[in-house]
Amino acid sequence: MDSLVVRGLTRTPWWRDLDLELEGGEVAVLRGPSGSGKTLLLRALADLDPVDAGEVSLDGRSREATPPPVWRRAVRYAQQGAPCLPGTVEENVAAVAALLNVPPTPVPALDPRADASRLSGGEAQRLALHRALLGAPRVLLLDEVTAALDRPAAAEAESRVQAFAREGGSVLWVSHDAALAERLGAREMSL
Amino acid sequence: MIAIVQLTLTDLGLAALLVLANAAVDLILRLGLGRRLLLAAVRAAVQLALLGWVLGLVFETEGPGAVLLVTLVMATVAGVEAVRRGSRRVPGVFAASIGVMLVSSFAVTSYGLLVVLDIPGPWYTPQYAVPLLGMVLGNALNGISLGLDAALEGFDEDRARVELLLAHGATRRQAAAPVLRRAARRGMIPILNAMIAVGVISVPGMMTGQLLAGEDPGTAARYQLFILFAIAGAVALGTVGVILAAERLVFDERDRLRVDRIRRVDS
Repeated sequence: MDSLVVRGLTRTPWWRDLDLELEGGEVAVLRGPSGSGKTLLLRALADLDPVDAGEVSLDGRSREATPPPVWRRAVRYAQQGAPCLPGTVEENVAAVAALLNVPPTPVPALDPRADASRLSGGEAQRLALHRALLGAPRVLLLDEVTAALDRPAAAEAESRVQAFAREGGSVLWVSHDAALAERLGAREMSL
Repeated sequence: MIAIVQLTLTDLGLAALLVLANAAVDLILRLGLGRRLLLAAVRAAVQLALLGWVLGLVFETEGPGAVLLVTLVMATVAGVEAVRRGSRRVPGVFAASIGVMLVSSFAVTSYGLLVVLDIPGPWYTPQYAVPLLGMVLGNALNGISLGLDAALEGFDEDRARVELLLAHGATRRQAAAPVLRRAARRGMIPILNAMIAVGVISVPGMMTGQLLAGEDPGTAARYQLFILFAIAGAVALGTVGVILAAERLVFDERDRLRVDRIRRVDS
């Protein structure tokens, strides 16, 4: 059964009448030139940006009928640039876990007491992916979440995302990495 | 009681010489503020002359109409000025600022007049209503403009963090809370500082005025304290009101942070 269904999504001048289906357990990689509206599409699907027209639904339930916090807990967006909240790594996880009403879990390979504002780009991305996976969302919208990671760390992040998909989650992953779709065995889409 | 020294136009001319000290600094340091300084001094003189004239008329009239009109005009000008001082605008902000200014200053002034002072005449007795509202407005303006600017700046510059919280299921209020807290603090710090400094570092304006007018220092101090508390109340109400209004204006019906609505201006 289709998990995330998009019909006729339009946001001029970026995209018009866009249709998209993501099944449970499916990973899709979205590619396209800079400025083609990839980030905007993820933001629109997470209901962080408005669209001109179109409908989005999850498991047959329309987004308009779902309160925004409930929608965003289920359709989880990990932002480009991996921003952090003030405080330590541990506090970042705790703040998000509290919002989701789930117990916080440690971030693999990160010092929980490190100041989140001083993390390297790669460390911040690890934290961002960890936060995005908290509370078992149905769909992950990933925006360049491994761009600053070295190969082994990126591979670890990819395997976390694949594990999420094996448990039935759907993933739409924006990336400039030409080999990502092949490595993940994922469908490739372009804008 | 000591007789009040009447200030003549010549006396005011002598006082204006003190502005020359400002002009001298401008000249020596070449700050390029000469024109603005002159304009500010002339503007202050004209505004106060007008205020004196209008209040003269208001004090002579009976009934609430004149007092209401003057106070409405004052509150509206203060509401507009609170926005104009800031570096960012959002559609609807002028109406929000004027509304908050009206509600907070009128609520506090009414409480002060009717409950605290329990004035002997009707609520619109101009001798009490106009100066009290004027003091409250002048200070609420400060808190409201600082709080509003900090809120809009926070939403604009801290967008990534606000959206991080939204993206993980925060409600609008949960996501906005850090920005709102900072803005409230920014709006209220001047009045907190004023309350700490009063009487030790500074002799406040109202007390100075009463002492110059020959009032007993004890009464002057009590009035000053009353005014400070009234101002603190109005600043708190106004700051909280305006930052909540800013929150409403920058989020849409789906709790999306619409920074595209925020416009930066040169302040």
